[in-house]
Amino acid sequence: MTGQVAIDLPQQGTWVAWRDAARALMQSDTPPECVIWSFANGPADLFAAPLPAQAEGQITVSKAFVAMAQTVIWHSDPERFARLYAFLWRMRTKPQLMIDRADPDLARLRQLEKNVRRCQHKMKAFVRFRELPTSAARRKFAAWFEPTHFTVEPTAPFFARRFADMDWMIATPDATATFEDGKLSFHGGCEKPDLPEDATEDLWGTYFCNIFNPARVKLNAMQSEMPKKYWKNMPETRHIPELIATAEARVREMQLNAPSLPPLRAARISERLQDQRAGSAETGADLKGCTACPLHANATQVVPGEGPPTAELMFVGEQPGDQEDLAGRPFVGPAGQVFDAALTLANIERDKVFVTNAVKHFKFKPRGRRRIHQRPSSDEVQRCKWWLDAERAQIKPKVIVALGATAAEALTGSGKDLLKRRGQIELATDGTPIFITVHPSYLLRLTDKKVRAAEQIAFENDFRRASEIVAQLRINAP
Amino acid sequence: MARLDLQKKLAILSDAARYDASCASSGSTKRDSRDGKSLGSNEGSGICHAYAPDGRCISLLKILMTNFCIYDCAYCINRVSSNVQRARFSVDEVVSLTVEFYRRNYIEGLFLSSGIIKSPDATMSDMVQIARKLRHDENFRGYIHLKTIPDAAPELIEEAGLLADRLSINVELPTDGAVKSYAPEKNPDTIRKAMADVRLAKQVRSEKSHTGKRPPKFAPAGQSTQMIVGADGSTDTTILGNSTRLYSSYKLKRVYYSAFSPIPDASRNLPLIKPPLQREHRLYQADWLLRFYGFDLSEITGGRADGNLDLEIDPKLAWALANRHQFPVDVNKADRELLLRIPGFGVKTVNRILSTRRHRYLRYEDLMRMGASMKKARAFVTLGGWSPGTLTDSVDLRARFAPPPEQLSLL
Repeated sequence: MTGQVAIDLPQQGTWVAWRDAARALMQSDTPPECVIWSFANGPADLFAAPLPAQAEGQITVSKAFVAMAQTVIWHSDPERFARLYAFLWRMRTKPQLMIDRADPDLARLRQLEKNVRRCQHKMKAFVRFRELPTSAARRKFAAWFEPTHFTVEPTAPFFARRFADMDWMIATPDATATFEDGKLSFHGGCEKPDLPEDATEDLWGTYFCNIFNPARVKLNAMQSEMPKKYWKNMPETRHIPELIATAEARVREMQLNAPSLPPLRAARISERLQDQRAGSAETGADLKGCTACPLHANATQVVPGEGPPTAELMFVGEQPGDQEDLAGRPFVGPAGQVFDAALTLANIERDKVFVTNAVKHFKFKPRGRRRIHQRPSSDEVQRCKWWLDAERAQIKPKVIVALGATAAEALTGSGKDLLKRRGQIELATDGTPIFITVHPSYLLRLTDKKVRAAEQIAFENDFRRASEIVAQLRINAP
Repeated sequence: MARLDLQKKLAILSDAARYDASCASSGSTKRDSRDGKSLGSNEGSGICHAYAPDGRCISLLKILMTNFCIYDCAYCINRVSSNVQRARFSVDEVVSLTVEFYRRNYIEGLFLSSGIIKSPDATMSDMVQIARKLRHDENFRGYIHLKTIPDAAPELIEEAGLLADRLSINVELPTDGAVKSYAPEKNPDTIRKAMADVRLAKQVRSEKSHTGKRPPKFAPAGQSTQMIVGADGSTDTTILGNSTRLYSSYKLKRVYYSAFSPIPDASRNLPLIKPPLQREHRLYQADWLLRFYGFDLSEITGGRADGNLDLEIDPKLAWALANRHQFPVDVNKADRELLLRIPGFGVKTVNRILSTRRHRYLRYEDLMRMGASMKKARAFVTLGGWSPGTLTDSVDLRARFAPPPEQLSLL
């Protein structure tokens, strides 16, 4: 095809107009060098041919290109339409071009896209409404804004979603967006209108001045994010020169001022607070502050044992896990669910037994957003033993079930050869029978479904046996 | 005491709030007011509506409900022993300020904090009332961040989490010891317990019920915390160690570091020096490396004798300079993990490299167009048209990046 095609795009609805034009040009195989694009020019070039009529059929373009073009179209660069069309033309033979971020044409388009996005973002941020008087029920606001690109049309829907219960207007030199009774419409640009004073601007200014910390002046950080070109339409910025000018003196004053004597009421208030605290501390005597081993430093809280003082059966696990550490209760996480299920199948009620751990703080290694369980050392088990001993002395269970090696170690002095010892009864130094079995988390680690199912039954049988031993001891008891 | 007008109260209570660093308004549930009966929207990314000359963004109306406080935390302008002027907003005043500022597009929402008056429960219940009025009476759909009071009753925290987008509780200082000595009335265990409760409450409400219904979201924008840097003697290793633990334990969205800056009517126990802004900046960089770049804490601070980050160069560059045997990296072959460790490459750049190199071989000038900072990266990479030669191992490589030594003034 020879000759030039001239296309003038309107200021409103630019995207749809460009898209339709580009579609027609592609279908008529019009190369980019034959197209003259113009914007809001009115009648087209007299020497150019008109736009070819749209043919049937479809043009498929990558979604990523459409998304980018929809933004680039609002840039103030006069070449934007031509750049987009030239790139679209190149994609005919190289459809994967959109992925090549280093392609110079794409890099340039992405740059334009970024400029428009930033301009849109700044519009969302820096438009300042003033209230207009009205007798209607809906309140009315208006703003004057001067964007760098043609961002009113693509950005107005944001304001419509946000300020839907009021009427508003955003006027700019190129376009005006109006939102009335829930309907958004666009008109041409205008001169800066005279908007009435709004008393809330003073409050806003007060806030702006007082949220500023004079001890940390960072002017570059402020200006790179809030360029001066926007300042003239933002009421708070008139305070900036004075804030900067007085900052240093204000900081010096803070440093030079000798610390003052506390006001009289301070001592009275502090004393009352301490009295209150002392009162509540007496009733809530607990072991929350245990610092016998270093584990307390990373955990949330101690997780003490739980169960009635009359419990005849005691279960001892290894240590609280992630969920137990958060909740402050033993066996409530994934292993706790396996434990509970086994209890139910063995006909043991959880609230009739005492459940605790050999170590009362969670030992873990932080990894990103997760905590990786770490096995407590022998030293930590030893240092925590006094607590387990205290629980045993208080509850005096008939049988203790040691769940896993750490519990076995704490109760019998050895955690070795656990699987060989499993199902056996050993005696603690005070003669209490210790029934050895695995920790419920052992079942969670088994990946083979068959093995796991078998182990689950064995685990539940262990619980049943422990419960039977308790019943026997009850009968034998004098 | 004479009654203060709203202007004066706002001055006092925003002055008191400026030491909280957080101003995030992103990452909550998407919502808008298209029904025409409500006000406000939240579309994922936050908006910074203004910037103060301290370089900090103003996204939320960040105020204290009151700066009366019964606690005596040395670093705080509002401690009971300070002679700062006191004020208290009524519930309606906070609600009206928030809505009127929002309607004029000054803010994304409210960040409400408070001194402790009477009791933690009394304070928290007033704060919850403000959030409730905003949500239910004003149909406000903007962002609400509530600073929760650690000792407040669980029901109050519960309601706060259902009304607000974000909850936060400040750990205040990097170590338990420092909290005990500078904030004697605060208890680090209670603060952690409160964060654990928030995580659990969020967890419970993210699970579908047996009918398949999702319960209302609890603090959808998550929880965050803040640590003051430079008031006590903690090293950066200690500070980052504590953050790592907080991120992993309570799934925090952010840990904010706030360089201690002189406050009016300061306690005599504190250093009234210029706030260590550069240190704060390096801590944020290190925090990012830990969370998004696959670095381990020991890699970042391990090489430093005093346990503090290098103030002159960023922590990634410092790591690369100390581990030159791993460089130069072949940009066309290296895996994602290694690419992320190259100074001057961000997450976006690495993603672009990975997707482009599937189609073709990358050259030096390609990287410039992909957003990499080649000034930093060039000593550490090889690719088409570029090899750093002896540059990677040159003795003066660090000096190329570090600012020139300051000449001492001759007096």
